Amino acid sequence: MDRAASLPVGKRRPSRRLRLRRAVASRPVSVLIYLAVMVLILGAAFEGAAAMGYNWQWYRIPRYFWTVGDEGFRWGEIPMGLVATLVLSTLAFALATVIGLVVALLRLSDLVVGRAVARVFLEIVRNSPLLVLLYVFYYVMGPIFGLDRYTASITCLAVFHGALISEIFRAGIESVPKGQWEAASAIGMTRGQVYRWIVLPQSVRFMLPPMTGEVVNMIKSSAIVSVIAVAELTTIGRNLISDTYMSFEIWFTIAAVYLAVTLLISAFASLLEKRHAVRD
Amino acid sequence: MGADGAAGRQGRASDPFATGRAVQGGSPVTDPAPIIALRDVCKFYGPFQALTDVNLDIRQGERVVVCGPSGSGKSTMIRCINRLEEHDTGSIIVDGVELDEETRNIRAVRQDVGMVFQQFNLFPHLTVLENLTIGPIRVRRMGRAQAEALGRKFLDRVHIPEQADKYPAQLSGGQQQRVAIARALCMEPRIMLFDEPTSALDPEMINEVLDVMVELAGTGMTMVVVTHEMGFARKVADRIVFMEAGRIVEAAPPEKFFSAPDSERARLFLNQILDH
Repeated sequence: MDRAASLPVGKRRPSRRLRLRRAVASRPVSVLIYLAVMVLILGAAFEGAAAMGYNWQWYRIPRYFWTVGDEGFRWGEIPMGLVATLVLSTLAFALATVIGLVVALLRLSDLVVGRAVARVFLEIVRNSPLLVLLYVFYYVMGPIFGLDRYTASITCLAVFHGALISEIFRAGIESVPKGQWEAASAIGMTRGQVYRWIVLPQSVRFMLPPMTGEVVNMIKSSAIVSVIAVAELTTIGRNLISDTYMSFEIWFTIAAVYLAVTLLISAFASLLEKRHAVRD
Repeated sequence: MGADGAAGRQGRASDPFATGRAVQGGSPVTDPAPIIALRDVCKFYGPFQALTDVNLDIRQGERVVVCGPSGSGKSTMIRCINRLEEHDTGSIIVDGVELDEETRNIRAVRQDVGMVFQQFNLFPHLTVLENLTIGPIRVRRMGRAQAEALGRKFLDRVHIPEQADKYPAQLSGGQQQRVAIARALCMEPRIMLFDEPTSALDPEMINEVLDVMVELAGTGMTMVVVTHEMGFARKVADRIVFMEAGRIVEAAPPEKFFSAPDSERARLFLNQILDH
């Protein structure tokens, strides 16, 4: 579609600047620019590594994904670590959702005590660094309540993300118009029934996008539990490096694995959103 | 709770449209037990007094139209009757139950009092039929099949049986409001409250809603209607309650109210809305 043809100026050619701007905005050119920038960045990195005499050994990486030896096919450390990360994140996310829902309902309740408890919880959690929280859970709560490092990690991640998720729930619940509450109460529903049958089903649509964001954040922040040596992807990376000293290759690889997983989740989320959008 | 509700309902006709005109005539003052009784009701929003010493008795089967200028407390008053608003002083007794802090009482009353809102307030995530059945299923603990039969019956009575499987957003305003009326009727209430049911509608859809309300009035349902539709008031009302500034200024049968209102305020109001 030639946009210049529809301009009122008739046959006059557009100005030079405009032509340049259009050329830069066109798809093949922008792809070329993108590639050039990427080559520049990667080139600089490899150049820098070469200058410090780094010895690249990419060929040693595949064996950490899988090996085919005398005993047949075997998964390597990195996929094992990824599975551990996903299991850890899933458990923590499930718990975080429960915590988030409870805190959100407390904040929106009529109970003064409930609202106060929720506020204090939110302020403490949101204003503490995750790493400090993890130390508190592992070194303080751990001995007191007898939490092993795995349970402490899950609880810590769940509490941290539960605070964020509660805000998502609250915003979603508040996005449902007041008239829905009134109509549902007017037919005699209890508060719980209104939430269960009227309000929560309607707020799912508002909560879905930020919730998938939280899933991605959870997977990313689960890496922090490597500081207390819980076996997961980042810990595996650290261990591999201390065995092999290939820090560049391993960290690049680990980062790429995280990226692949989170991109997949984001793609799935936008698919889900489109589906929900069609329904109304 | 659910059990009491069901037991209390058994003696009652399950179809308000089918029962004939139950109560006719009779002075509200001599009636021993009004179905709705407001005594010295006051309601404040902060420093603003929305209702001042409201006294009103409504008999079973009576059709009361509430009118008055905007901001006169009409909506606040009927919203107090099913406690969507809490009154601050005075007492409200609905069907023998006093409205107070007791949430069980409030829910019991709400099952007996249907409400239709200006903005319809249908549940957008549910189909029309699901809008009608969710109350019977979740609140009255009715079986799904029975509830759907009930829902279809009332959908038929508001003349849109063919829309059962659509979502509210796919219907016109008039159709949505008729679904809202059917939803309220599915609880088989003894009293229906209408809060400006036609104010949000396009003019050409007002009549289809009023027609349904006239038919409902013909069944003997107790109705309290806040509306500016004076034609409807003249045709259906047993009594017109005129409010201004949070007080009931006048309550009279329509013949008297429209021809010879006692108060100057009511006369001015009528001139304003009937002039054009």
